[in-house]
Amino acid sequence: MVKHRLQRNIQYGILVILGLCFLLPLFWILLASFDTNAQQGIKFPNFTLDNFSAVLGDSGNLRSFGVGIILSGGQATLVVLASVLAAYPLSRYEMRFKKSFLLSILFMTALPITAVMVPVFQMFLFFKLQNSIFATMLFLTSSSLPYGIWMMKSFMDSVPIDLEEAAWIDGASVWGGLRRIVAPLMLPGIATIAIFTFSGSWGNFFVPYILLQTPEKLPASVTIYQFFGSHGMVEYGRLAAFSLLYTMPSVVLYMFSQRYMSKGFSMGGATKG
Amino acid sequence: MKRKSRGAFLFLTPSVLLLLIFFIVPIILTICFAFTNMALTGSAARNLQFIGFQNFTNMFQDPDFRISVWRTLVFLIFSAVIGQVVLGFILALLMKEKNVTFRRIIGIIVIAGWVTPEIVVAFCMVAFFSDNGSLNQIIGWFGISPVSWLFSFPMVSVIIANIWHGTAFSMMVYQSALDEIPKDIEEAATIDGASNFKILSYITIPMVKGSIVTNMMLVTLQTLGVFTLIYTMTGGGPGTATQTLPVFMYNQAFVNYQFGYGTAISLVLLVIGIVASLFYMKSMKVKV
Repeated sequence: MVKHRLQRNIQYGILVILGLCFLLPLFWILLASFDTNAQQGIKFPNFTLDNFSAVLGDSGNLRSFGVGIILSGGQATLVVLASVLAAYPLSRYEMRFKKSFLLSILFMTALPITAVMVPVFQMFLFFKLQNSIFATMLFLTSSSLPYGIWMMKSFMDSVPIDLEEAAWIDGASVWGGLRRIVAPLMLPGIATIAIFTFSGSWGNFFVPYILLQTPEKLPASVTIYQFFGSHGMVEYGRLAAFSLLYTMPSVVLYMFSQRYMSKGFSMGGATKG
Repeated sequence: MKRKSRGAFLFLTPSVLLLLIFFIVPIILTICFAFTNMALTGSAARNLQFIGFQNFTNMFQDPDFRISVWRTLVFLIFSAVIGQVVLGFILALLMKEKNVTFRRIIGIIVIAGWVTPEIVVAFCMVAFFSDNGSLNQIIGWFGISPVSWLFSFPMVSVIIANIWHGTAFSMMVYQSALDEIPKDIEEAATIDGASNFKILSYITIPMVKGSIVTNMMLVTLQTLGVFTLIYTMTGGGPGTATQTLPVFMYNQAFVNYQFGYGTAISLVLLVIGIVASLFYMKSMKVKV
């Protein structure tokens, strides 16, 4: 058993080292954001909140957060609406092209969206849609729709159809059944998809960078790049503070999604008893 | 009870329309534009012409293109296959049956890198690898003189950055796969005197093979499309040292305004993506 214990300790040792490697880059950003004259290396800060107040005091930064919320929030809402609607017939009905449709959806979830950015830009140029937040939102929506539909369909498959049938017998329409029975029962699934979509879009740099131009319309993901891309003298402290504030929504939403996921689906019991 | 559709297929309309406009049409456009001389400036901007396979002939003769394909391969193999897939597996394996609190702390640290948006990852990593950055500080403790990582080893830097950002996903996939292996199988093998290595190669890995293949395809596809991380860390440079296909495509289309050529590169990316995606679907063995 001595050998066994040694082995375990070695394993713990490796994990600690790997953990430290993963921690280090993040640790820097945390320290730098509280440091007025932060540098690129790790050093203990003379603690201050000045960086945060400077970032939050800038109306341009606040607007970029606002644009980000509008863009990602709008996208998440549209993805949820469209995919609930699409998932319903896919989950509940026999249809002729269902199988090929689902396969193409799955196929699309895996395609790298980077590959279509050039033609999408050309399309936006042609229809004079470039610099339109709404059109960008629509493109983002469709880029995450395949994943949304695929997930929503499997979530909906796990909602027992019996409940809906009971509602139909009581005189509910198909639409009524979807709205009043199915949708409320799959709230955890809907929340998960909304959160995933929002975070994915919140962190997306490439799409708004290509499709939007004027500084007032750029979301935080692009503003932050211009922050460290174009300023000759980089103010690391402020940039770190901006990064930290910008990362927060993703972290918080991830934690929420974990809660929803672990709750799982306890609706199976609803038909019994 | 499954009923025949009574107009409910109309619910599909918004999704189908959106996918058609923003997904199918761009793909068709890629195929059409790739055979034109489309450009934003110069004479080609005024007279758009069908030029056949000209873009592709140019492309395969372009040393920049060939080296981009090579760099994309290096990036894929080291950051996706070796980096994320193997490191993720090692992490999941080591974390198995460890102290719950310890497991959770390591998990949170690794996942933090995954939850962090790509652009922030890029910024963290630029600082980490910079001349006065943390990495040089650390090697300084061992008496090694500082290295300009982003200039001397740019590819290594972006590969490490991508591993740092992406490994958590593989780790989580493997954790749930490993958790599903019945405990008694491995215990029985231990009692029969099998070494850890034998258990790993004859029992554990074969039992999670499905997840390994699926995860590998997904990670490869995801890494194939990586643009933000490389573009914001190095801009494809120094020179063209980190110019992978997506960055090359961006430079041709949006810096040199050679849209036709840029689209031809998109098409190559798209075809690679399509092939990988088909493999991925095959590996999933989906039932619909």
